[in-house]
Parts: sequence; structure tokens; C-alpha cells
Amino acid sequence: MSHSTATPAAGNPEKFEFLVTGDHHAPNGTLLGFWLYLMSDCLVFAALFATYGVLSQNYAGGPSGADLFDLPLVALNTAFLLFSSITYGFAMLQMQQKKLQGTMFWLAITGLFGLAFLGLELYEFYHLIHQGAGPQRSAFLSSFFTLVGTHGLHVTFGIIWLVTLLVQLRKYGLTTANRRRLFCLSMFWHFLDVVWIGVFTIVYLMGSMS
Amino acid sequence: MSDHDHHHEEEGPHSTFSGYMIGFMASVILTAIPFWLVMGDVLSSRNATVVVILGFALVQILVHMIYFLHMNFHSEGGWNMLSLIFTVVLLFITLAGSLWVMYHMNVNMMPSMMTEISDSA
Amino acid sequence: MSELSTLIFGRLTWDAIPLHDPILIATFAVVALGGAALLAVLTYYKVWGYLWSEWFTSIDHKRIGVMYIVLGLIMLLRGFADAIMMRIHQAIAFGDATGYLPPDHYDQIFTAHGVIMIFFVAMPFVVGLMNYIVPLQIGARDVAFPFLNNLSFWMTAAGAGLVMVSLFIGEFAKSGWLAYPPLTGIMQSPGVGVDYYIWSLQIAGVGTLLSGVNFVVTIVKMRAPGMNMMKMPVFTWTALCTNILIVAAFPVLTAVLVLLSLDRYMDMNFFTNDLGGNAMMYVNLIWIWGHPEVYILILPIFGVFSEIVSTYSGKRLFGYSSMVYATLVITILSYLVWLHHFFTMGSGATVNSFFGITTMIISIPTGAKIFNWLFTMYRGRIQMDVPMMWTLGFMVTFVIGGMTGVLLAVPPADFVLHNSLFLIAHFHNVIIGGVVFGTFAAITYWYPKVTGYKLDPFWGKASFWCWLIGFYLAFMPLYLLGFMGVTRRMSHFDDPSLQIWFQVALGGAVLIGLGIACFLIQLYVSYKKRGSLRDTSGDPWNGRTLEWSTSSPPPQYNFAFTPRVYDLDAWWHMKANNFKRPTSGFLPVHMPKNTAAGMMISGISAVVGFALIWHMWLVAGLSFAALLVAIITHTFNYKRDYYIPADEVERTEAEFDRVRLANQQSEVVA
Repeated sequence: MSHSTATPAAGNPEKFEFLVTGDHHAPNGTLLGFWLYLMSDCLVFAALFATYGVLSQNYAGGPSGADLFDLPLVALNTAFLLFSSITYGFAMLQMQQKKLQGTMFWLAITGLFGLAFLGLELYEFYHLIHQGAGPQRSAFLSSFFTLVGTHGLHVTFGIIWLVTLLVQLRKYGLTTANRRRLFCLSMFWHFLDVVWIGVFTIVYLMGSMS
Repeated sequence: MSDHDHHHEEEGPHSTFSGYMIGFMASVILTAIPFWLVMGDVLSSRNATVVVILGFALVQILVHMIYFLHMNFHSEGGWNMLSLIFTVVLLFITLAGSLWVMYHMNVNMMPSMMTEISDSA
Repeated sequence: MSELSTLIFGRLTWDAIPLHDPILIATFAVVALGGAALLAVLTYYKVWGYLWSEWFTSIDHKRIGVMYIVLGLIMLLRGFADAIMMRIHQAIAFGDATGYLPPDHYDQIFTAHGVIMIFFVAMPFVVGLMNYIVPLQIGARDVAFPFLNNLSFWMTAAGAGLVMVSLFIGEFAKSGWLAYPPLTGIMQSPGVGVDYYIWSLQIAGVGTLLSGVNFVVTIVKMRAPGMNMMKMPVFTWTALCTNILIVAAFPVLTAVLVLLSLDRYMDMNFFTNDLGGNAMMYVNLIWIWGHPEVYILILPIFGVFSEIVSTYSGKRLFGYSSMVYATLVITILSYLVWLHHFFTMGSGATVNSFFGITTMIISIPTGAKIFNWLFTMYRGRIQMDVPMMWTLGFMVTFVIGGMTGVLLAVPPADFVLHNSLFLIAHFHNVIIGGVVFGTFAAITYWYPKVTGYKLDPFWGKASFWCWLIGFYLAFMPLYLLGFMGVTRRMSHFDDPSLQIWFQVALGGAVLIGLGIACFLIQLYVSYKKRGSLRDTSGDPWNGRTLEWSTSSPPPQYNFAFTPRVYDLDAWWHMKANNFKRPTSGFLPVHMPKNTAAGMMISGISAVVGFALIWHMWLVAGLSFAALLVAIITHTFNYKRDYYIPADEVERTEAEFDRVRLANQQSEVVA
């Protein structure tokens, strides 16, 4: 960077350098921009959690969380997501060492854990709908399916992105642009973890107690 | 501005194996305990269980933020943290505000629904 | 066969074209003829290629800014047409006269008016201004994400397009601009109107959110060296706060509209009357977005007036830091007042008094700003140009609007005035007096920067006086009617004593129409007289901030050399210290390349929206898949930049110097 040293010379107007004479590149804002997007996504979830919070007792004579939730299944699903987080971490470590194959390997493992998570969630949804506890049954179930489903939709898009990125890594290698994309997807993936902590605590664990 | 000044070749945070492992182990423990508390019906009081598992969730979110999302006070010149704090404040306003407002609405405007809930609880 | 056609066309049939409504047929004829004429003219002058390569696919923030403003102006005409139709109708629909609009059509008009004016007039104006001005004010060559900027514009345009389509295919919502359930639930509104509402706002909302992220990053990361936060121009400060609000508020709108769609499309029960749904939650959520939205619109306008007041007073802005802190306080507090929009819904005294008090508190920083502008003018050398006239008109009008707002913030008073015409008068008072006056002030102020010539002041003054007088004539009667208990959204009245006030209001609306006409004439006249109105200096008003250091219009790359900032009024400081333009040593400039991907993605999004509105499931599925493919394909484009060669930069700069100096000399001689 060429411009970091100048300070205004107070009282001596001749000393002002009004232009950066060298080449000036503004710093890249992708990581900050993506973080801001995540913050906005976080507020989407805030609205959904608020809705769930307000409607979570409105069973309309239908089943409650305690009747429906299968906690061992949720625990297994949580484990999948946690494993996918650490495997994504391994992918990032491989990336830091500029190892393309290792990065792609761990990325693929992450994607598989993500798929397993989605598969279990779909199984749970299918099971609930089959029991007559679909999203139309009551406001509680509407808000449950929407909150959990929105998280699942995010995981789905994360997997689509991950596959795209695998292709791009294969084609172009660990370029600056691709490393930046790996960082962004890593933030996205870990952010979904954080949301899931809220989901399993507030929806599943607290729901199972009442 | 300081964020203009230190400009490395490599963007983004530097992560370490031990950092990820600490985060992973901590989050496994912080997940297991709340599940155990609820599934094993360990605490007799429902409210105590709620407070404890919410506390665990909070700690686990912090663990994820620090070890997986590499949050700190100086990345992106502090703007990451600033935006996170702002978001958390709004999150709190949205959640607490909605619950507070809607609770009072329900009490005042839908008393029949409120009795239904207290009956079922 | 019929199943296949349902799969493809959904519920879209020929009956969806409103052939039974002569007003709509006439409108359609006018739009079709006008559109055909426009296309013919564009084809005749062979400007399609130019429009495509220089505008539609442009990722230049200046071009995108202008396109936003043009979109806002076009939609202003549509929104105003709705307004004057309502005014005419209400002025005649008394007693036995039923007016000329069927209730069903009237309801669509007031809904469309509100939606268009907020989302497709005020928002494009504000975002367009920020687009054009912010990068120039901070000494940047473009925004942080130039492609996203283009995409944002086209998403907004796609949303606006869907609203326009609803005029001629199907119908628009009849529910009021915030579409409260249960009225907008599938039971009560089975038609496509609410779906048009939902999908046009969702698509435009994506654009708004992306531009919010874009501008926060731009302002945070791309300021010229030396411009720390407290040396940022006030307009940039307000733009930063507005975009923070966009990033933080629009997700809630997205979420609540998703919930409403799930109710409508999947029979869920968030806001229904039975099975545990709670419509009050919709109102709660949508105002958590809705109140910050008000400040999203007004904050940048405060910034505009700050720039104008200090420029035309020839003084540094009074109380810069208090202005900044006032803006920040408003940003936070705007999240703590949302319930004042539904005091009457029954949260009780505790909740209402909390939100009443926060509402009164939020008026304090706004009041502080008014004093800052007054003190800036005090003992200044004020030039009464058109932007300054708009500013004074704003200050008087906005204070009145603010005071009626504080009145409404008192819950017991609100119980009397809620949803009355008093409320209508109040928010038009602040939105017209604030956002609209501010936009016209801004357009007049920055017009020479954008086009290279000033706007003709005569027609500007004519437009100002028509707007100002028209506004008071149109809305002061509404305050009175509100006090008399007249509620909003009525299409017929029985009490003949009220009629005179509606007729006066109609007169005001006609005057406002003349104001719009004067503005359009002003654009035309100024274009014709551009030779004598030309600005060769780049700095026609003796400006203070960096945008005035460039040529008018600025070169594509804005700044050949990134400026270094030492003072709040950076350009003023440069002028005061005998800044000399460099004539050599130019370097190649790194720039992003144009792309059609933004248009493509937005176009497909509009198709997805249209298909979902009409339940064309096959089309919806295919176009959604196409959307994913288009986005993924775009991510495979890694070569998004190019260099403008140094000698081209040198030529451009030398040409600006030549014209500027030649004119300076001729002025000295004269």
C-alpha cells in the first residue's frame, strides 16, 4: 500500500499532498459483505423464532412438541451437523497449506454430512406429515415446519454451493477468488450451526418438556 | 483507518488445528449435556431445566463464534464485531419485543385463547 | 389435456384481462400506444445498442443511479395517476352519487398507490441518489460490488414491472399497502391481487437488501485515505445509516411475507382465524420492518439537505458531529417505536406508554437537525436557488408533519385519530415534505454533475410553488376531516357537509400534478437550452465535497488519482490550498466489466414470480431451475475486470482541463 504514511502538515498549506500518486486499490470487501448478508439472514431467523415463540403454544387441539419430537433422532442430526463443521474446519486447514486435494476431500465429506442431516430431517418431516401432524394442522406446527424447514433450505443451498465450489476448485485451483469463496461458504456453514443450536434448544429440547 | 493499513496477501482469519479441535470438543460437550438433561429428566424443575439449557446454548453459540467463525474485535477493522453486536441487539428487540407485545395483546384481546393455553399447560 | 394446460397456465385465462372495466381498457390503450411510440422512437434513432451496452448492462454506479431515478420518476407518474383518481372519486362520491370507480377498483387503486409510492418511487429515488453520490463523495471509483449493484437495480425494476403487469393481467391487492391478514388470507382474498403484492415486494426486496450490503461495505472500506469516520460528508453518513437499516430491517419483511405466502399457498395457519393462527402477529412483524423503513427513506434526505444548506450558505455545516450522532440515535431508536402504528390493537397501557414515549424521544434528534440547518443558514451568504427553496419548503412542512406525528404518538389521542384522514395527512406531510421535496432538491442540486448542464431555474421555481401550494391545499383539509372522524380508504360518503373539503383537496392534487408537469417541462427546456446552461467547471455551486472535484459528468473511473482527505469539506479544503490538477503521471485504471447477468437473473426472477402468482407450477419449477443455473453460471465468470489505458485517462483529463480553463478565461474576459 502506498498511502499509509502521510499525515497532514498542520499550518503549512504547501505540504498537503492531495492525491495518491501511486496505484490505489481499495481493499476487497467480499468477506465483510458476506458477513453483513449473514447478519441479515440472522434477522430472518429472528423473525421466524419470534413467530415460533408467539405461536408455539397454539396447538389448536392437535399434538404438541412433547407428543411428536423424537429426541434421539434430533441428537443424531445435531451430531451430523457438528461433524460437518469440524470437517469443514479440516478443509480450511488444508486450504491454508495450499493442498487442493485435501481441501476438496474434506469439503466432499462435509457435503456428505450435510446430506445426511437433510435426509434425516426429511425423514422426520415425512413421518410427522404421515401421522397427521403436517404444517397445516395448527399454528404451532406451521411455525415449527417453517423454522426448521428454513434452516434445512439453507443447508440445501449450502450443499448446492459446495458442489459448485468443488467444480470450481477442480477447474481453477486454489486461486485468490476461490479461497475467498471457501471462506464465505465456511462462514455460511458455521452460521447454520449457530442457528441450529437455537433450533434444537428452543424448539426440540424446550418443546419436548412441556 | 487501520483497516486500510495492514493488508496481507492472505485475506480472512488464520485457523489452527488445535483451535478447531477445542471448538469441536467443547461443542460436543455443550450439546450432550442439554440433551441428557432433557431426555433423562434430570432436573425436577421445568424452569430450572429451561434456564440451564438456554445457558448452555448461549455458551455454545459463543464457542462456535470464537472457534469456528473466528470472531474477534479486530477483523475487518472491528466492523464484523460491531455489526454482530448491532444484530444481537436487534435480535433481542425483535424476540423480546414481539413476545412482550403479543402476550399483552393475547391477554387483552383474546382472553379465551389464553385460558385454553393455561388449561393445556 | 386440461390438466396439462392447468400445469402450464395455472389459473391464468383470458378472463384475467379486465375487458369489462373501461377505465382499465383506456389506461391499457394509453400505455400500449405510449409504449409503442417509445419503442418506435428508440428504434428510429437506433439507440438500442447504446442503451444496452452503456446503460442496461452497465455496472457503473453513476449509470445505475440515473436508472434508479428514471425508474422512480416513471413510477411517480403511475402513483400520481392513482392519487388523482382517488381524489376525483372522493370529491364526487357523495350521497346518491357513487363516483366513477367501482369499490373493487377503488380498493386496488389505494393499495397500488401506497405500494408504488413507497417501494417503487421513494426507494428508487433514495437508492439512486446514494448510488450516484456516495462513491464520488468518498473518492472511490465504484461501489464494492459493481455487479450486485446492477443486479439490485434490475430486481427493483422487475418488482415494479410485476406491479405494472397487475394492471392489465388480473388485479392488484385490495387490502391496503401493508396487506394485513386475515383480509389477505386465502379465504378472504382468493384472487391473484395479494400474490402480485407478495412477489413484487419479495423480488424488489432482494434488490434492496443487496444494495444495502453493497453500500455499507462501500462506505466502510472504500473511503479515500485520510477520510476517517468523522470526516465523512453528512450525506454519506446518512447513507451509511440508511443502508444499515436496510440490511437490518428488510429481512423481517422478507420473513413475514414468506409466512403470509405459506398461509396462502400451503394452507398453513400463521395468521388465519382458526387452528391457532394469530393475525396480530403479522401486524407486529411487518411494523418491525415498517418503522425503520420510514427512516430508511428520510435519513438520506436529511443528508441531502445538509449538503445543500451548507453549499448555498457558503458555510461549513453547523454542528457536524451532532448531526452524525443524531443520525445514529435515530438509527437505533427507529427499532423501538414500531408499536405506535397499532396502539389501538389492544396491547394495553403499559406497552402503549412505552412505545408512546420512545416515539416522542425519537423526534428530539430530528428536531436537533432542524436547528443545525437553521444555524448553518444564520449569518450565511444564502443564495436563494431552487434547491434552497425546496429546502426551506421542507423545513416548514416537515416540522408541521413532525408535530402532528408527536400528537399521534400520544396513545389516547391516537385512539381518536387512528386510521383517520388525520393520519393520512400526517404521513403525506412528512413523506412529501421530506422525501419528495428532498428528491427534487437533490435532483436540481446534482443535475449539472450528472448531465453537464444545469436545470432551468424558471420551471424549477414553477414546479416548487405548484408542489408547495398544492401540498397544503391537498392535505390540510385532510387534517380537518380527520378531526371530524373521517376514516381512510372510504369510497363513498353520506354527509354532504364534508364534500367541500374533498373538493379543495382535489384542487391541491391538480396543483401537484401541475408541479410534476413543470418538472418534466423543466427537464425538456433545460435539455434544449443546455448550451447556455452548460457547466464546464465541474463545480457550478462552489461545492464543498469531493464529487465537485470531478468533471461534469465525471469520467467513467471518477478519479484519475485517488484523493487524499485532510478535512471534513475535502474539496473546499483542496480549493483553499491551491490544489492543482495533475497533467501527467497517469496510470491505467482498474475497472469492472459490463455484464448482462443482472438483467438476465432479474428477468428470470420476474418470470418465477409471475408463474407463482398464477399457480403455473410447471413454469414456476422450470424458471426456478433456470434461475439457479443462471446464478451458478455467473459464478463461473472469473474475468470481471479490465484496465482503462493510461493514455486514455490522460486524454480524458486533458480534455476536461482544456474546456475548464478556456471557459474560466472567457469568463474573466467577459
